[in-house]
Amino acid sequence: MSDAAAPPPDSGVPPVAQTGPDDKKRFNSQGLIVSIITTTIAFLVGGLVVLATGHDPFGTYRAIFNGTGVTWLIPGYGDRAASATNFQQTLLETTPLILCGLAVAFAFRCGMFNIGGQGQYFAGSYAALIFGSYWGGIPGPAHIVLCIALAIVAGAAWGGIAGFLKATTGAHEVISTIMLNWIAIWIGTYFFGLQGPFVSSQYSPISNTIVGNVHLPVFWGDPVLQGLHIGFFIAIGALVVFWAILNRTTLGFEVRAVGFNPEAARYSGINVKRNYFLAMAISGAFAGLAGGIDILGWQFQIATPDILVSSVGFLGIAVALLGRNSAIGVFFAALLFGALTVGTSSRQLDPSVFDPQLAGNLTLIIQGLVVLFVGADLLVLSIWKSRKKLSFRRKASET
Amino acid sequence: MEGPPVLELRGITKRFPGIVANDHIDLDLRRGEVHALLGENGAGKSTLMNVLYGLYKHDEGEILLNGEVVQLKSAKDAIDRGIGMVHQHFMLIPVMTVAENIVLANEPTRAGIFLDEDAAAARVRELAKTFKFEIDPNALVADITVGQQQRVEILKALYRSADILILDEPTAVLTPQEALELFEILRILRTEGMSIIFITHKLNEVLEIADRISVLRRGKKVDTVAREGATEAGLAQLMVGREVVFRVEKQVPKPGEALLQVEDLHVFDDREIEKVRGVSFEVHAGEIVGIAGVDNNGQSELIDALAGLRHAASGTITMGGKTFEKATPKEMTDEAGLGHIPEDRHLRGLILDFSLAENLALHDYRHRPDSKMGWLFPKHLITRAQRLLPEFDVRGGGPLSPASSLSGGNQQKVVLAREIDRDPKVLIAAQPTRGLDVGAIEYVHRRLIAERDEGRGILLVSLELDEIFALADRILVMFEGEVVAEYSPDVSENTLGLAMTGITKDAAAK
Repeated sequence: MSDAAAPPPDSGVPPVAQTGPDDKKRFNSQGLIVSIITTTIAFLVGGLVVLATGHDPFGTYRAIFNGTGVTWLIPGYGDRAASATNFQQTLLETTPLILCGLAVAFAFRCGMFNIGGQGQYFAGSYAALIFGSYWGGIPGPAHIVLCIALAIVAGAAWGGIAGFLKATTGAHEVISTIMLNWIAIWIGTYFFGLQGPFVSSQYSPISNTIVGNVHLPVFWGDPVLQGLHIGFFIAIGALVVFWAILNRTTLGFEVRAVGFNPEAARYSGINVKRNYFLAMAISGAFAGLAGGIDILGWQFQIATPDILVSSVGFLGIAVALLGRNSAIGVFFAALLFGALTVGTSSRQLDPSVFDPQLAGNLTLIIQGLVVLFVGADLLVLSIWKSRKKLSFRRKASET
Repeated sequence: MEGPPVLELRGITKRFPGIVANDHIDLDLRRGEVHALLGENGAGKSTLMNVLYGLYKHDEGEILLNGEVVQLKSAKDAIDRGIGMVHQHFMLIPVMTVAENIVLANEPTRAGIFLDEDAAAARVRELAKTFKFEIDPNALVADITVGQQQRVEILKALYRSADILILDEPTAVLTPQEALELFEILRILRTEGMSIIFITHKLNEVLEIADRISVLRRGKKVDTVAREGATEAGLAQLMVGREVVFRVEKQVPKPGEALLQVEDLHVFDDREIEKVRGVSFEVHAGEIVGIAGVDNNGQSELIDALAGLRHAASGTITMGGKTFEKATPKEMTDEAGLGHIPEDRHLRGLILDFSLAENLALHDYRHRPDSKMGWLFPKHLITRAQRLLPEFDVRGGGPLSPASSLSGGNQQKVVLAREIDRDPKVLIAAQPTRGLDVGAIEYVHRRLIAERDEGRGILLVSLELDEIFALADRILVMFEGEVVAEYSPDVSENTLGLAMTGITKDAAAK
């Protein structure tokens, strides 16, 4: 050891510890690198799939990219009007994905895996729909606030059930949230199905429609053609709330403590069970909010057959994984998946470049690969930085 | 035994970015000797052994086996040349049997592909018999004790015909009795001609088992000495580079009022076994009460009950005139004024992924000025850390470094800082120096005595008799859930040792 780097003779400090203050930064940048690598690999594999179907992957990706409307952000590029419409659609898709991503990420930070985003999303959308389709007399803004509040409460209750069961009986949240998803699906099928209490007619399994004054205001684009409603800003606000709860409240401190080390949390006087319940309820609140603003923003009603095929809550898992459970990560991951969904939809993609039906599957393939790779992030890390990481570990093991 | 050394390291140098972990280290290992490699944490012991085991490539120097220069490019090279290593953390597969674990990677087979379990068990039994090991080849690794698992690791090396055995801090995970059994095994291996490198930072072990001792300090070899003539004080000085005080000086205690009173406490563990069976004692202001005892005689459950982490079935805990029944950990820290240095700092004492500032705030985040109405002010957390880290001499990281980046000694200082800074009336110190090196032990001991002199009542629970003798003003002995004896610190080690095994006048009368 060089004398300059040597700690004073009476210290038991191992030399490696001198790198201390930078460690946090390094872990974060490592997370970003993993996310970027996994996304890139997923797109590469997706490109191979395109190639295998006899199409040009570059052309396809370019067409998808143009279809997302992200080009609107580049001044003077392409068809401004078309890209604006497409970008509105992308952000419209991004909005519930942000919230469903947060629903998974928040529980993750408390050491739980919330698979129940879908059910919590439904709970929120049912609440918003039911209360939004009555009481036309309430002034619009108040009615909107009421519906959104009820959607949040419904989602929180749905998530909270799983948290409560974990806290009291130890039931694993993965199992209970999956079952709650199915309960939510079948409740919806009953509510809005033929002869259900909230069905609009006796001939088609479609719910009542929410009253006009409870529609969320559209601030960009044509309200008739699904312009972008203010729910987008609610989602952005939720990102801030998520970050603030975790980093600026005692509740967030407890949630993170429980997530990292429940036994140490218990030792330090934190009520671990209470945190399980609260974290799941807050997770559910995010997903419920997503369901609520989708109803008030552009769906306006629920067609029973759509309930079974909806997957926005599950996509939230991919969003949270790719976004590494951080607010900023969730935003970009949601934007990526939102853009992919829009870019590959049959409305945007020119069939002569790539068959839109295949393209929809391409989205699913890329989503699946991202989840797979992020889930196996240790593997990616070890391939990418094996030597560095190993030597770090060995040094650490000496301390 | 003469002849060329079995193993010789010449000028081994290993650099990591920014540091030289091993700086021109020479070492020789003779046939049939136990050679201790002594040094503080971070002195370069493990690096050197990883070089020898082929896990690291050294930058300079050469390795000679039986006088011949060898290149060890991987652990497999090392194994092929008869070097076996038992890591601190065992590399065993819990769901497989002892025999399966031992023969793994070199299994006796039937028809070339099927594991011949009988042959495996037979060979393991034979090996165990040669070296007088007691072990059941058919037991699952998950079901055997840590000490036995370690024997499996040693057998694994022997099975691969190792004649050099490297043991990395082998006693760190063992109980004192298991450590004695291990030493017995090492003596047998030595007489069988095995050469053993024994890595440790515990001086008493070195004097107990080693033939020669090499001391590393900050990457350099300071000296190699024979056991004859070596003393703990002399070795410690070599290791740390200055004189080390083993018995921190302390004044005569001036006990004051009783701060903690425990009355007829009964506590059950998770398996509903009664681990604390009617314990009563008091801790006064300005005294250190030491609880001595062999591990697993109810000490952990007693501490848990005091800290509110486990509810006592019956009995009372009184602090500051208030009786706490079924109290939560929060009540014990916030209301009763209890500080608790937990016995496992990784399991409970720290959240390794949290920053030091957050770890220091683990109790106080819920009070002003850290938070108001549920809002947290990270600035206050950092301010506290900036004050406490220098005060408690925590080195190797700042307020925002994760706790995992610190060495064990510095991690423990963080725990100490957190618990003492809350100005507790009573401080429980459970195994406060477990796994620490001599420098850090001295620090912790000094600090505990200083806190005693401040008028706190300190309950020290330790498995190390040395520690009990060094610190305690009164010694209680726990055996099978009861306090079987109380002594003043001038009791002989022998009497205390016997009491720890349950042999006291009282027990004999029962």
